[in-house]
Amino acid sequence: MKSFKNHLSLVIALLSILFSLQVFTIVDRAIDAYKENLAQHYSLVVVAQKKVDIKKLQKSFSIIDNISELSPDSVIKKLNSGISKKNIELLKVTLPKFYKLKLKYYPSPVELKKLTESLLKRSAIQKVETFSKTHDTTYKLLVLFKTVVTLFAATVIIVTILLIFKELRIWQFKHNERMSIMGLFGAPVWLRSAVLFRLAIVDALIASGLAFGLFTYISSMPWVREQFSHIGIDIVVFDTMYDFLIMLGVSLSVSILLAIFIVLGHKEEV
Amino acid sequence: MDKVIIADNLSLAYSDNETIINKANFSIDSGSFVFITGASGSGKSTLLKSLYGALKPIEGSLVVGGVELRGVSSSKLSFLRKHLGIVFQDYKLVKEWTIEKNIMLPLIINGYEKAVTQNQVDSLLKHVKLQHQIGKYPQELSGGEQQRVAMARALAHNPILILADEPTGNLDDYSSQLIWNLLEGANEQLKTTVIVVTHHIPENMTVRYKHYHIESGDIREVL
Repeated sequence: MKSFKNHLSLVIALLSILFSLQVFTIVDRAIDAYKENLAQHYSLVVVAQKKVDIKKLQKSFSIIDNISELSPDSVIKKLNSGISKKNIELLKVTLPKFYKLKLKYYPSPVELKKLTESLLKRSAIQKVETFSKTHDTTYKLLVLFKTVVTLFAATVIIVTILLIFKELRIWQFKHNERMSIMGLFGAPVWLRSAVLFRLAIVDALIASGLAFGLFTYISSMPWVREQFSHIGIDIVVFDTMYDFLIMLGVSLSVSILLAIFIVLGHKEEV
Repeated sequence: MDKVIIADNLSLAYSDNETIINKANFSIDSGSFVFITGASGSGKSTLLKSLYGALKPIEGSLVVGGVELRGVSSSKLSFLRKHLGIVFQDYKLVKEWTIEKNIMLPLIINGYEKAVTQNQVDSLLKHVKLQHQIGKYPQELSGGEQQRVAMARALAHNPILILADEPTGNLDDYSSQLIWNLLEGANEQLKTTVIVVTHHIPENMTVRYKHYHIESGDIREVL
């Protein structure tokens, strides 16, 4: 029971750090996937006086994924009645050219503004329709959501670190006596600190294991997948290899750092 | 005879303005049994602390087991302490360890094999009459029993020098006698040098052993 209590405080602190990190990762992945999804359904329309060299235009802007010319047929169809075939052909030539620009990713409002300005600098291009009102709202919502989650994760991590520092003082008090006694009998620093490092490593492993179990379970829940599919995305909620290694690395680093602080802060009894 | 301790103009202090031992000169032969007495606050425990390197000399020289303790490096100090057996007035047992593990401590530090360690611990527990307390933690024992565990720990690795600070301070007669017998046994049978800081020397031991007295920062042999 006593040994369980010894582990519990650090394990819970580490677990909350890992939980916050993974939640942040999931939200980040979800937003990226959603942006990609938006980018697939988002395009700009460029109106030009004359035919534009599509290849040349695409080469000039790395953000552009592809450009396609919009057919004027639907417009002409509406004007069709009472116009001779010859005049229709003439109209086809004189009508402005419409191009649909698909982008590689969902741009920020600043990127979009820059792109519009650059396009309008070309003499042939008369107008660029960005559908900016819809775009801006969606983009700002995404940014707001990400900021809120980042702030939440950062707050949890900061509070947890403060708790860990409190725990550090308790550990310092608890281990100082044993380390001093061992030192009085000539134990080298590594032997004096061995228990501490073993405890730190065991706690890091326990916390990572628990986090692994928790997120493996969460990622296997059909409800979670459903939530993402409702907004049209499919993401890896928990990568058992990559995410687990990151969790393990973070928890080991935090707990070993804690042990190092204790060893450095240890003062021999006089 | 070899000297296990040589103090030359030794001065000890906790702070710059208060010297506790002032330019003391003494030496202790290897294999001897020495009592150090003095009034409360005279510097007995301070002197003992300096002998295991917890307090460094501010002046002069102090050589223990061939190691000069003035400005000693931590690795040399660790080396020296591995060969010392220390008995503290407040026992200094590790609370979260069983009494066996506490006794094992110097053996583990000195790299003894597991089987040797276990044999030695079993034998010492019998010597200190605590074999029936196996598996217990220090706080589950009485003061006298805890001091017997501390004594067993000090003897475990056959040290060259035992330093005991008021080893029978608050103990009952039975435990006190047991401690004195163990210290005498180590000195007579293993030729271990024993230095005991105490207020009170048992009557049957006053004549047989060397006796130093600390007064006003000076250490003098009582003849």
